[in-house]
Amino acid sequence: MTSRDSRSPHGVGQRVPLIDGPSKVTGTAVYTDDIRLPGTLVGKILRSPHAHAKIVSIDTSAAESMPGVRAVVTGSRDLRTFGVLPISKDEVALAVDKVIYVGDCVAGVAADDEETALAACEAIRVEYEPLPIVGKADDALKECPPEQKLHPDTRHPSNLQKQVDQNFGDVDAAFAGADHVAKGNFRFIGVTHAFTEPHCVIAHFEPTGRLTVWSATQVPHYLHRDLAAVMDLPMHRIRVIRPMVGGAFGGKSDPFPHEMITALLSRRTGRPVKIRFDREEVFLTNHGRHPTKTSIGVACDGDGKLLGLDLDALIDGGAWGSFGVVTTYYNGVLSVGPYRFDNFRYRGRRVYTNKPPCGAMRGHGAVNSRFAFEVLIDELAEKCGVDAAEFRLRNLLPSNTTTLNGFRITSNGTEECIRRVVEASDWKNKRGKLPYGRGIGIACGFYISGSALRINWNKVPQSTAHLKIDMDGGVTVHCMAAEIGQGSDTMLAQCVAEVLGLPIEWIRVFSRDSDLDPIDLGSYSSRVTFMAGNAARRAAEVIRGKLCAAAARLTGYDAEGFDTRDGHVVWLPNPAIRVPYLDALLEAIAGKGALIAKGCYHDAPPMGGSHKGAAAGLSPTYSFQSYVTETEVDPETGFVKPVKVWAAHDCGKALNPLAVEMQIEGCLHMGLGQALMESFGYNRATVGNPSFLDYKIPGPLEMPDVEVHIVESDDPEGPFGAKEAGEGPLLPILPSLANAVRDAVGITMYELPMTPDRVLKEIEKKERASAVREASEAANPKETVR
Amino acid sequence: MAETQPLRGPFRVPSAADRPPKQVVRLNVNGHAREVAVRPSDVLLDTLRDDLGLTGTTRGCDMGTCGCCTVHVDGRPVLSCLTLTLLAEGAEIRTIEDVAPAGTDLHPVQRAFAQHGGSQCGFCTPGFIMTSVALLARRPDPSDEEIRREISGNMCRCTGYNKIVESVRVAAAELRGEEVASVASPGDLDVPRGAYDKPAGAYRSNGHGGGKSR
Repeated sequence: MTSRDSRSPHGVGQRVPLIDGPSKVTGTAVYTDDIRLPGTLVGKILRSPHAHAKIVSIDTSAAESMPGVRAVVTGSRDLRTFGVLPISKDEVALAVDKVIYVGDCVAGVAADDEETALAACEAIRVEYEPLPIVGKADDALKECPPEQKLHPDTRHPSNLQKQVDQNFGDVDAAFAGADHVAKGNFRFIGVTHAFTEPHCVIAHFEPTGRLTVWSATQVPHYLHRDLAAVMDLPMHRIRVIRPMVGGAFGGKSDPFPHEMITALLSRRTGRPVKIRFDREEVFLTNHGRHPTKTSIGVACDGDGKLLGLDLDALIDGGAWGSFGVVTTYYNGVLSVGPYRFDNFRYRGRRVYTNKPPCGAMRGHGAVNSRFAFEVLIDELAEKCGVDAAEFRLRNLLPSNTTTLNGFRITSNGTEECIRRVVEASDWKNKRGKLPYGRGIGIACGFYISGSALRINWNKVPQSTAHLKIDMDGGVTVHCMAAEIGQGSDTMLAQCVAEVLGLPIEWIRVFSRDSDLDPIDLGSYSSRVTFMAGNAARRAAEVIRGKLCAAAARLTGYDAEGFDTRDGHVVWLPNPAIRVPYLDALLEAIAGKGALIAKGCYHDAPPMGGSHKGAAAGLSPTYSFQSYVTETEVDPETGFVKPVKVWAAHDCGKALNPLAVEMQIEGCLHMGLGQALMESFGYNRATVGNPSFLDYKIPGPLEMPDVEVHIVESDDPEGPFGAKEAGEGPLLPILPSLANAVRDAVGITMYELPMTPDRVLKEIEKKERASAVREASEAANPKETVR
Repeated sequence: MAETQPLRGPFRVPSAADRPPKQVVRLNVNGHAREVAVRPSDVLLDTLRDDLGLTGTTRGCDMGTCGCCTVHVDGRPVLSCLTLTLLAEGAEIRTIEDVAPAGTDLHPVQRAFAQHGGSQCGFCTPGFIMTSVALLARRPDPSDEEIRREISGNMCRCTGYNKIVESVRVAAAELRGEEVASVASPGDLDVPRGAYDKPAGAYRSNGHGGGKSR
């Protein structure tokens, strides 16, 4: 029919617009706040004004007696704690005895309207007794009496939550024998997701005794589990529905207190209750990227061969555990690629402070260490006199290998990524050759494509898809993989369209209702394309088998010879023998009813080492990136303006090149924000800039030209060879820009964001140093060695 | 030291009894006259979403910083979260629900956003489309720089903006009557039924479009 390889006009490799696009561009897409159930009450949360304080008393009587107030709930020891990781279920729906950050939930109110609910919150009298505030990560490491610990039950005598120590090879010996060593202390301030849709949840405790919760969440399954724990209900009496989600980026990947509070208020009132955050509340509850201090050393020999990496990360977790244990591992272990080295030491510490909780954010755990590593690689390359791109090429991990800590690397397109961006950017004629104030830099990235092991240790497959086809011929795909704007519904539809050889309009995806759609663990850790894609593909292959058998019965040719393609079931030995899809379908259905199949992605093959924490960072496959960034730096003002980015990403196979570009460009924008301007500022422990007026995000005028290069390494286990594209592409933009700044004006940025004042300070520091050097050289000409 | 201090505010939230009564305003929304009872403090965003059920206009910040709630008032894009409903009385208000022509057709701007990656999570999309439609009505052939300036009041966290700029550029071309390549191919099966080899004796129609009796 055409020269394309795919079976469907919208199959693998085709540029397919997102299937929910038409509803989004017409305003008919339904987000949680758009749902209006009859009799819905407005819920509001009274939040703590203190970063750390004992609750002496709470008096809700005045609030409860206000006309229009239907229920007030406060914390209780009877409510179970919860949290996304089974190892750190340290969160409470409502504060018990004390509050641990500004914004902590103290009471929930349900009322007839918003004004009444707000007035009721004002009427609640809370007596606090302030406690010493743990504001800085360094302070959190100090030993303290249990009552000053945020979470007294932890085993450390300080506010340390998690410490990771890993040691492979002999780092000290490697550094002692190295020709070149680069070291640096890097500081990263927190950043936040800044999705456009504020959190919103509706809970309805129905007279049947079932609880239905609509929530803007990336992880409906984890929400389901934790609702069951907190509400003390079996899971089958809870139904979780995920409406359209207006962006998430990791910021909606925890089960949240406000979801629990809404459910509690609904149980109390028997009415639907909706809680919608205002923007300030979104900032106050954060869950963004951790502020981190990263000390790092990298060593190489005289030929530019990497010898070792010595990494230490002090991670400010804020008030709760969230994904923090994973974050602590990821800050270290996601640095073991894409380069080969034999000695690696990592110490990671995550502490509790009285700041809003930090959690998972796009590029989870990998971003800050990656920045530090890639910046120092440029320094090493310079010391060796090796070109920065060449240095990276010399040190790459190959395909089909194992990293020093036991990660199984299968497909690996880093080398092609580097070659593509070096060539496209005219690197050789630009690096080191552009006029002062203009520079070009390179950096690579490495990221998981889903976690090989589940968060909860059970035997539920990581992802399951159900397919149903009845006589109308439309294909219904059920799978709880959360569509959050990244295009997972489209991805599922494409996988099924490809297998069945149907146009995508014949596929409809249901991914939002726990009563109807089988479990997928959620949209986090870049797992959905790999895992849900495989599940959908396998289910569709079962159906294809039934269609082929039906075609064989109809035609008398053997079933094995048939394949589905372009709306037909085609006998491959002689493609003129073809049965229209609908005829084959009706034959397959005859006397049996609708075609039904399921497929799942259960587990990656056994892999990994046996050391403590060996499972952290294990993934069935990894994505690789390399970016070249060209930038202007104004030496007078310190203003950094990236001009163009050549972005190469190995996604295994681009199921949908359009969607891959969308992910890469979105990642790049978010990474540029952290690199240039985004900064979650604190006054001690209080968020100092809880609005888009003060939390600056790059706008359309700040976006550079982006040239995307999709590299396809054809992963052996990914669906049709695909792996992730949603997070890895964020990693290289920050260090490639910093390396371009270094090329432009000769400074190394050890602190993000690279605001003009910081850049200018570094430029002035460099100029002062070179003036001193020149003066001393003039005074002692013989000592001139450089 | 013990203290009581609510977080919300230096402001006092008025209780129900303190609030001024509602008054009826006549609004012209999407070409239709509507009567709504509002308080003087009500903003257009609340009126559209809560009183008129026009939830296509989304709420991102309530303080004029994200542009999600952009609607047209007399053809100009305005932030409905900062516009008092009373002040919109008599004006022509147009929301995302009125951008598409009749039926299920899409406006060229909508089509371009859907097909060229201008929309991901979609929450900011109605605002961007209202801004873009207003721009193209005023300037049919804007430069990329002009597009970027015009959409600077709208925030998108998914796309990185470049594909939004491309979408507006494509829509502008289509609105000027230029030929625009469609990304999406037609999605319906054009497959004649029963048009396959039927080896003799192997198949008998059951009158239901296929199937065989055994």
